[in-house]
Amino acid sequence: MPPFSVEVEKGRLRLFAKAIGELDPIYSDETAALAAGFRSLPVPPTFLFCLEMERPDAYDWCEELNVPLARVLHGEQAFTYYGVAYAGDLLTFSSEIVDIYDKKNGTLEFIVRKNTITNQQNEQIAEFDSTLVIRPKSELTTQ
Amino acid sequence: MTLPDYEAIDIGHELPALTLPAITRQALAIYCGASGDHNPIHVDIDYAQAAGLDDVIAHGMLIMAYVGRVLTNWVPQSAIRDFNTRFLAMTDVGDQITACGRVVEKFNQATARCVRVEIEAVDQNGIVKASGTALVELG
Repeated sequence: MPPFSVEVEKGRLRLFAKAIGELDPIYSDETAALAAGFRSLPVPPTFLFCLEMERPDAYDWCEELNVPLARVLHGEQAFTYYGVAYAGDLLTFSSEIVDIYDKKNGTLEFIVRKNTITNQQNEQIAEFDSTLVIRPKSELTTQ
Repeated sequence: MTLPDYEAIDIGHELPALTLPAITRQALAIYCGASGDHNPIHVDIDYAQAAGLDDVIAHGMLIMAYVGRVLTNWVPQSAIRDFNTRFLAMTDVGDQITACGRVVEKFNQATARCVRVEIEAVDQNGIVKASGTALVELG
C-alpha cells in the first residue's frame, strides 16, 4: 500500500477524548496542553491506529486479500513509541502486510499489518503491528 | 504530571484502576465517528446479525483506549515505550469495563530505568476482554 499522510486535527482529538471518556484536559483543552509544556494537544497512545484509518479506503487490504470485512476481528495490537505526536503535525504512515498464518487447521486465519509513522520532520514517532483474525465462514448465518 | 519514583515502586504495585460506564450504543456510535473506524459490525445491528453475531460489538481499540487512560493517568505519555494488547473476548453493549495495571518487572535498560506493567480489561462478570503489557520508562 502506498504511504499516506494525514494532518492531526484538534477537533478530532477533542472528539476522540470524548469518545474514550478522557478527562485529563491536556487531551482536549489546548490551553491546558500548552501549560503542561506541550506544543499542542498530544495524540493519545491508541489514536495513531485511528489516524491510519483515514486512508481513502481503510479496508482496502480486505479487498486485496479477498477477505470479507464481516469476518474480520481485531486480535492483537502492539505499539512501540519513539516520540509523541501533536495536533498540527503531518504524519506519514507506511504500511505493509508482514505475516499471514493460520491456526486450528486453517479455520482461523491471521493477518499482521505493520505501520511505521513519521512526522513532518521525518522523525519516527511510532510503529505498530495490528493482527487481524478472520473468523471461519461457518460462523456466518446463511442468507 | 511527574514521574513516579522508580525506587518507591515495588513489583506488584497496582496502578489506579478505571471503571467505565456500561457500554452503550451511543458510545459506540461516538467512537465510530471519533476513531474513523466505520466497520458496521460496531454500530449496525442488521449487519452484525448477518455476520453471525447476536448484536453489535464494541471496537477492540475502544477497550485498548480505556487501558491507555490507566497508563496516561499514571505517567506522562512520553514515558510509555511500548503498549500492546491481545483482544480475548468480544465486548457487548451493556458490558462494564474495568481497566487496570500492575507492575511485574523492574530493570535497567541502557541508561533508562524501566518497569513492565501488565494490563487488563475485565467486564462486570470478571471476563477478561483484553490483556497485555506496557513498558514504561521512569527516568
